[in-house]
Amino acid sequence: MSNEQIKEMEIERSLEAQFEERILRDEKIEAKDWMPEKYRKTHIRQISQHAHSEIIGMLPEGNWITRAPSLRRKVALLAKIQDEAGHGLYLYSACETLGVSREELYEQLHSGKAKYSSIFNYPTVSWADMGAVGWLVDGAAIINQVPLCSTSYGPYARAMIRVCKEESFHQRQGYEIMVKLAKGTPEQKEMAQDALNRWWWPSLMMLGPTDAESVHTEQSMKWKLKRKSNDELRQQFIDQTVPQAELIGLTIPDKDLKWNEERGSYDFGEIDWDEFWQVVKGHGPCNKERMDARVNAWEEGEWVRDAAMAYAEKNKNINKAV
Amino acid sequence: MKKNWPLWEVFVRSKNGLEHRHFGSLHAADAEMALENARDVYTRRNEGVSIWVVESKDITASNPENNGEFFEPAQDKVYRHPTFYDLPDEVKHM
Repeated sequence: MSNEQIKEMEIERSLEAQFEERILRDEKIEAKDWMPEKYRKTHIRQISQHAHSEIIGMLPEGNWITRAPSLRRKVALLAKIQDEAGHGLYLYSACETLGVSREELYEQLHSGKAKYSSIFNYPTVSWADMGAVGWLVDGAAIINQVPLCSTSYGPYARAMIRVCKEESFHQRQGYEIMVKLAKGTPEQKEMAQDALNRWWWPSLMMLGPTDAESVHTEQSMKWKLKRKSNDELRQQFIDQTVPQAELIGLTIPDKDLKWNEERGSYDFGEIDWDEFWQVVKGHGPCNKERMDARVNAWEEGEWVRDAAMAYAEKNKNINKAV
Repeated sequence: MKKNWPLWEVFVRSKNGLEHRHFGSLHAADAEMALENARDVYTRRNEGVSIWVVESKDITASNPENNGEFFEPAQDKVYRHPTFYDLPDEVKHM
């Protein structure tokens, strides 16, 4: 190693130490600030995964817009899905501040290189699923997302503040659907219970692998990409959701679920992590369908994007000529 | 794909009396589309009464790496702050 290389490494190390200190002091990192390459890459990965999840997350719900049981339900579902598009866009633009282009991000999604939340690879087979998704999936998402409002990367934190503000209606509209169905005819209540049965375990998995298995936790804690561990978040979600189910007479599909007086929390049964990893690896019920729908939308829309660009350039040239 | 839609920065005035504030960015083919997209992306709940969009490439930004010398001139000018000046104790408000 030459003297120059050694010197460069020393500078890098001291910059990195200063950087970590800034985060410790709760200072925000902004787009143009110096940052370690690993910080940049980790953020691109996490923010883009998050954006992709919002975009793919529209698909299972889009399935029910035309079949919503009333106009009230329909406008609410539409508004929720529009919010998800918006959230995806806030997050993509936050991610682009790290020097990656929108096209690269889409390319990573479409080629399968980038992941999105596995929960969206489950099918939505009944109207009650719109209730369960809003109540449980958005509920788990909120628990995941609220701590990110104070994460260290400024553009991500600002996007998350906006996302969290808008998200709470999503969960309420879902729970309201469940409340109504649970109070309805025996068939309707059965439908709600069936949706809860199918969505409960995938929702718990959504909070990520157990702490022992989670590879990113320690570094992410340091950078405030994570404030609580997966297991803590999962426990929080369970403790908050169980009474909501009981209140409307639905049963959580876990025979081991039991209030633990000592811990002041619920004990719960074992999660089938094999299923989780199967879905992550692409073998869930709808992985292919979701990806096909997304890629298709992108490819079929290409002529529209090109036409809009051609029109804009033509106008620009006309204005120049005048 | 021939050419990608450029990136625009979005500034929103949330109500009259307040300044436009940076809200985020988005892609659009031209200014008109950027305004409409900004409305749909950033003001779905009446967050604004006025929107500015500007192509990101047209913004010139200072470089944080030069923050030291760039902002240095203001650092030793404590006399620009009211607390620099001594007043008799009897003067309560000034």
